[in-house]
Amino acid sequence: MGMLSVQGITKRFGGLTAVDAVSFEVHEGTIHAIIGPNGAGKSTAFNLLTGFEKPDAGTVSFEGATITGMRPHRIVRLGLVRTFQNTVLFDDMTVLENVLVGMHVRTRAGFIGSALALPRVRTEERLAAEEAHRLLRLVDLGEVADARAGDLPHGRRRLLEIARALGSRPRLMLLDEPAAGLNNAETAQLAETLRRVRDSGVTIVVVEHDMGLVMDVSDEIVVLNEGRKIAEGPPLLIQKDPAVIEAYLGEEAVDA
Amino acid sequence: MEASELLQLVIAGLKNGSIYALLALGFTIVYAATNVINFAQGEFYMLGGMLAVFAFSGLNVPLVAAVALAVVTVAGIGALFERLAIRPRKDADPMALIIITVGGSLVFASVARHLFGSDALPLPEFTPGPSFVFAGAAIERQTIWIWVIVTATVIGLTLLYNRTRLGRAMRACMENREAARLMGIDTARVVMVSFALAAALGALAGVAVTPLTSTRFDIGAGIAVKGFAAAILGGLGSPLAAVAGGLLLGLIEQAVIPFSSVLKDVVALAVLLLVLFVRPQGLFRRTRKEKV
Repeated sequence: MGMLSVQGITKRFGGLTAVDAVSFEVHEGTIHAIIGPNGAGKSTAFNLLTGFEKPDAGTVSFEGATITGMRPHRIVRLGLVRTFQNTVLFDDMTVLENVLVGMHVRTRAGFIGSALALPRVRTEERLAAEEAHRLLRLVDLGEVADARAGDLPHGRRRLLEIARALGSRPRLMLLDEPAAGLNNAETAQLAETLRRVRDSGVTIVVVEHDMGLVMDVSDEIVVLNEGRKIAEGPPLLIQKDPAVIEAYLGEEAVDA
Repeated sequence: MEASELLQLVIAGLKNGSIYALLALGFTIVYAATNVINFAQGEFYMLGGMLAVFAFSGLNVPLVAAVALAVVTVAGIGALFERLAIRPRKDADPMALIIITVGGSLVFASVARHLFGSDALPLPEFTPGPSFVFAGAAIERQTIWIWVIVTATVIGLTLLYNRTRLGRAMRACMENREAARLMGIDTARVVMVSFALAAALGALAGVAVTPLTSTRFDIGAGIAVKGFAAAILGGLGSPLAAVAGGLLLGLIEQAVIPFSSVLKDVVALAVLLLVLFVRPQGLFRRTRKEKV
């Protein structure tokens, strides 16, 4: 069984079945993409995977624990963290502080300890800052650690969100359309960063519209169309899959 | 007016203003965590003074210990109030929660009346002795204590917010509660700590001022208006702005005294209305453009 196990998840909105009995497994140490034409149910699937929405049927389990309906801060503590389509940073904090907030679940100092500035607490703060700097270097933001997060350009905000998510030392990171709004250079840097993150031992699930990014970085791809899984496999197979080609060509025909 | 008289007014303004600042901090901290204006904030001030008097005169505890005991107890009361009255309804409309705090303040005041009676109760000065005279103006020793307490509070809060894990969690909740929750921050706990901290600051103000004014079960509502006006003046955002709002309100009050001492208590309300009409974001906050 995979690290993340998705079993027959179904979600209906009124008469529309947005996600229809979708199952797949995400294996540790891979980058797993979920793609599909517009309206394929990607966003709904993402919300189901992260425990944000409850499926009408089916289960999502992470390392054997069912995460459906669990409170967000508990899910983070299990080692599963997500990012957003519209990057949500703490704009008034520095870049470094954003990562430190991301590390919140792993540090322990409480109110009393902080108030007394206990040596243990001070050591913890110092170690936390060191690790935050290390994570910022991992995403190439090392030199802007003290800048205000709100002042970063779009591409770098996306990288900061990834660094912040890594702060919780997740085992699995889910990214919601990370390439949205990025130019080609920024997307290439994002791909490079994702590979580095994977190689550092974090499994990645990415819901993405940008084909270039997906084909570039994914180890495994799940293709959704009209709520159903129509294909699954490595990029080279997916590119040749007749059902996938038809789904995407259909979209282009409609777009044109 | 002579310079010494003017100085005397400034000293009085900064003394009262410091007290307003502590209350404004309480309003601001709770608002940051919950978007609720906690109208029970004035009762924490009243309870601080009351419990210090009770510990000192009733239990014969040394003054320092009585003060500490009062502040810690009121912090506990604040946390308990959040747990029992606010959290069960946390998903309710902020207006409903505000009404709950108004109800809470009535409960606190009447319980205090039953426990401690309706007389004004005194507390000795922290360090009794003659006033200091400075350029022809007198400064009571207790006033110096009030300034020391406010300064220490500002330094302490700054360190808390910028140097500690809890402080960062509080700032994160202030900026975006949903995102903070997704970072694994237990926002319910942050709210409870915020109430406890606000209650402690209110109690500290009450304890510090009781030697000068004595205390009574019904002083909470009046001081809450002043603290609220100061908080609004500061913009209900940054703690430093709340302190500035408090000091400014204290000074404005003194500025009208030479014209009419009756007007002093109207000033806070006038300032409150004026700010809400003219500059609802407060004096010190930049209006930020919302991103789409």
